[in-house]
Amino acid sequence: MSFEQDLARLEQIAAALDRADLSLDESLALFEEGIKRLRDASDALAKAEGRVTTLVEQANGALEERDAGN
Amino acid sequence: MTQRDAAPGESPETAFPVAALTQMAKEVIEGAFPPLWIRGEVSGFKSHGNGHWYFTLKDASASVSCVVWARDTLRIPAPPDEGMQVMAQGQLSVYPARGQMQFMVRALEAEGEGLWRKAFEATRARLEKDGLLDPARKRAIPRFPRRVAVVTSADGAALHDILSVIARRNPSVDVIVIPAAVQGETAPASLVAALDRVARWGAADVVIVGRGGGSREDLWAFNDEGVARAIAACPMPTISAVGHEVDVTIADLVADLRAATPSAAAEAAVPVLEELVEWLGALRQSMRTGVQRRVVQARRDLKRWAGDLSVRAGRSVERRRARVQQLAGRIDALSPLNTLARGYAVARGADGHALGSAAAFTAGQAFVLVLRDGQVDATVTAVRPGAPPSAGGAAR
Repeated sequence: MSFEQDLARLEQIAAALDRADLSLDESLALFEEGIKRLRDASDALAKAEGRVTTLVEQANGALEERDAGN
Repeated sequence: MTQRDAAPGESPETAFPVAALTQMAKEVIEGAFPPLWIRGEVSGFKSHGNGHWYFTLKDASASVSCVVWARDTLRIPAPPDEGMQVMAQGQLSVYPARGQMQFMVRALEAEGEGLWRKAFEATRARLEKDGLLDPARKRAIPRFPRRVAVVTSADGAALHDILSVIARRNPSVDVIVIPAAVQGETAPASLVAALDRVARWGAADVVIVGRGGGSREDLWAFNDEGVARAIAACPMPTISAVGHEVDVTIADLVADLRAATPSAAAEAAVPVLEELVEWLGALRQSMRTGVQRRVVQARRDLKRWAGDLSVRAGRSVERRRARVQQLAGRIDALSPLNTLARGYAVARGADGHALGSAAAFTAGQAFVLVLRDGQVDATVTAVRPGAPPSAGGAAR
């Protein structure tokens, strides 16, 4: 699941938990899922340095990322 | 050639061939006139099948034939309209086949940037007709992209600006550069190819396409219809970033988001890392609060139900007790013991069965009389069937 999807799901979970119409089991299950996603998202953000690459097209049309050296 | 000393054209014998004359005239005229700008009104415009444009520029008292060679038309945004006031830059020459003076146009501009406007509006109308400018087509820019693709010149200021803004705001984001020419005649095809590569590659969350500021002509590739269609066909959300403050380009109209500069595009694409972290913290807090409230509520519900249950249980015991008492009363009323208490007796045979009828007795039979305070062993002396002597027990 992508970072974007993780965060979208997190927002859904927070909103659902904010409503009072869930069963206790549902609430706890959602909370557990939310904590897991929070951890994944935080891990993704903790990555120190993003890469800068150049997309290069090979003679056969294949696309390849190359380090841009920036 | 009998008179060797006669100059060419001086006598019938030295007469010029026509081609030589027009060639000479062409050389003289081209030598006398440097490339220059002229102004006039367009008349009789014709676009030839071979791509050349022909028209006459005229004013109240004069006119000159003009030609735009096919390769030069590519730099002119749109053909001029009949009667349009234009400025043409070019070289005065002679068209030998007609022996006619001819102005070879290299650049053409209309009053009030009319040609640019015309080309722009024509392109816009075509895109509009195909629904590509429909606001409903605009996709939301992902709020948390991890991979940003940038289509621009590999060595332009735009790329530098975008990279430094992204590095400042969120260094954990990946940037993929897809180099493209952003000005000149090759720019549209180069931009289309780069956008096509991004689309085929598919691994970016958002695409920034643009360049830094420049003249209207420099930016013209971003008004190209093919480029616009390539932007529209991009499978991920697009941000246009053409450095210009006043004018909107066709690319801006088609992109999902328009940024005024490459830096602004990078800012729109990438949220600040600290804000993200803060936001995650807020989400965590909000989830905690939500689930805690639910747990507290559950506890309260449980308590209420427990109380409710004991009340109900109490009520149910009460109901049962009342019923038992009622039944007990009824059973009591029916009990033979009650009858005994009133002084009656029950006769029982040796086998313990009650002997309720005179017919159950035979003379000499032993039986037992059960009374309220004991039993009496007895023997039948005689049996006398018939009605009892009075209402009451058999053995009073």
